[in-house]
Amino acid sequence: MMRVLSNLNPQTLRILALLLVLTLVILFFSTQISNYLNGRLFNRISSSVAIMALIATAQTLVILTRNIDLSVGSIVGFTAFATGSLIAAFPNMNPLLLVAFSMLVGAGFGAFNGFFVAYARVPAIIVTLATMALFRSLLVEFADGKSITSSLLPQWLTSFPNTPLFEIGQFQFRAAFVVAIVIVFAVHIALQRLRVARRLYAVGSNPEAAEMAGINLKATVFVAFVCSGALAGLAGFMFLARFGNITVVAGLGFELKSVAAAVVGGVNIFGGSGTVLGALIGAILVDLIETSLVRWQLVSEFWREAVLGALILTAVALDAIVMRRLIALRAARHHEKREQKMEGTG
Amino acid sequence: MTERSTLSAMWARVQTWEGFLVCALIFIVLMNTALSPQFMTLSNQINLFQLSIEKIIVALVMTFVIINAEIDLSVGSMMGLAACAFGFLFQQGVNPVLVIPIVLLIGAAGGALNGYFISKVGLPSLVVTLATLIGFRGLARVLVEDRGITDFPDWFDRLGQQGLVGPIPLAIIAFFVLFAILYVVLQRSGFGRKTYVIGTNRDVAAFAGIDTARHKMILFIASGTVSAFAGLLYAARVGAVRGDVALGFELDIITMVLLGGVSIFGGSGTLLGTLLAILIVLNLRNGMALLNITGHIQTGVIGILLIASVLLPRVNLGGFLGTRKQGEAGS
Repeated sequence: MMRVLSNLNPQTLRILALLLVLTLVILFFSTQISNYLNGRLFNRISSSVAIMALIATAQTLVILTRNIDLSVGSIVGFTAFATGSLIAAFPNMNPLLLVAFSMLVGAGFGAFNGFFVAYARVPAIIVTLATMALFRSLLVEFADGKSITSSLLPQWLTSFPNTPLFEIGQFQFRAAFVVAIVIVFAVHIALQRLRVARRLYAVGSNPEAAEMAGINLKATVFVAFVCSGALAGLAGFMFLARFGNITVVAGLGFELKSVAAAVVGGVNIFGGSGTVLGALIGAILVDLIETSLVRWQLVSEFWREAVLGALILTAVALDAIVMRRLIALRAARHHEKREQKMEGTG
Repeated sequence: MTERSTLSAMWARVQTWEGFLVCALIFIVLMNTALSPQFMTLSNQINLFQLSIEKIIVALVMTFVIINAEIDLSVGSMMGLAACAFGFLFQQGVNPVLVIPIVLLIGAAGGALNGYFISKVGLPSLVVTLATLIGFRGLARVLVEDRGITDFPDWFDRLGQQGLVGPIPLAIIAFFVLFAILYVVLQRSGFGRKTYVIGTNRDVAAFAGIDTARHKMILFIASGTVSAFAGLLYAARVGAVRGDVALGFELDIITMVLLGGVSIFGGSGTLLGTLLAILIVLNLRNGMALLNITGHIQTGVIGILLIASVLLPRVNLGGFLGTRKQGEAGS
């Protein structure tokens, strides 16, 4: 078994393992909760994953380059509020223009982070720790004690996340979810196939080597932050559409949730390896467990976070141990083959 | 020593990061004094410490953890767990005098859990303590659910709210005693030396015969225990606990340590720097509060300060600011 598995690409292996865990979790809860496996579960998970998937993707782009973005929650909060105020002031605005606005605001914040990390060479954890507070205080200043309510928003915006695009059996595929999934897959394919996007991996796994190979380190890190900011801005738009009511605490705590989703999804916190697809499954897994625990009769809903913390720790520890084993196994087999070759020639 | 060399020695002092922090602190204190006649009163000074006392106590231990090139994001949740565990056990009728050591043990156990995964399994501390940040908070919520627990014994509340020696409460005394002990440990002892060496280069430290896993284990247990102690202080000061006690404190604590000149990559920084950064943050917040600037904006200003603290030393205004990367052990 181990032999066959070790032939696979570690990234593929990780995604297979995550899908296996996801299936096991679903099977487990379906034995525990009556009437669990139905369309409503899918709808519930898919509406919140629409937001989390974008944020996890945003976080992954930055983590791949050996950085971290703790300000995503504040970016989501600010863009949600700013986008809401804009549409409230101009109700007849073109929807695409509104989306572009939210992504632009997010990208602006990302550029601010990226400038300090890439060009001023301030460690990302310091910059984004600071901007997490800074962007949030900008939001407080901007909001000036007011909040956005769904009555201020046009009908199309608040109904957008719940509009079913198509249905497969009981499963409704709603607009927000479909958009988010399409974006995640697009980013995934770009990261695997595009030369420019592969630079993120190169920079994250070995900055010196990447520079030797002619990659512009600073520009790459800067662009990663800008893209991450734009995705967080889009998530802000989704947040506004889904909840309608936005206060100054919107998106609070998303930074740690996004890191958790990415890490559970097998993205290496030290950069250079991991996939956006993994982060998406990580986000789904985290969300599925959170939602299911609330409905599980056997434990009180207050166990949700405690179980989640234990789960993340187990997932990461198992991942590290299995990966170490696989690497050792591969090295041993490589050695074996070489010995055989030596015997053959000798 | 001639007068000239004394002067140049003093000038060299000013050029360090600590020197810069002292100047900034003096400036802020003078500004505050000019802005408000209430600022320089003893009650305001005590109040200034009391409002953030739990955070600044944990910041002292966090200094060790970050110098050792690790991070502990779970401190805020551990404070919450400790406060809730106290409330829960008290409500179950356990004698409060007995509850206190139990809660401290919970802190040590939580720290040991972090330490095990970091030093034995070899996972990055950022990931491990992110998971326990969620997990410890979860346990706190399991204990108190959505209730608030209050009506602690009088002597417990008094310890947190009133003066122990004259007008000075227990927590402030504990902070300065802990500072003195940790200062000696970090800047004058072998343990402190090892903390720097491991933080600078873990492999070299291991080759030099230092048991790095054991050292990290000790630091995380200390971090957990002190966080639990701070959680108890919080419960006593506020006189009530809820599931969201100390939510998000970890980021404020880390900000104070980094502002004090401790490198996020480990290996450099001093406890004196952390103390000065703490004083700056407290005075700045107090001054802004006197000017009616709200909490979120205050945090934003501290955020700008944090970025500036990394950038400023590089600007090197005619050699004035010196380098932040000074202050290895015992400087």
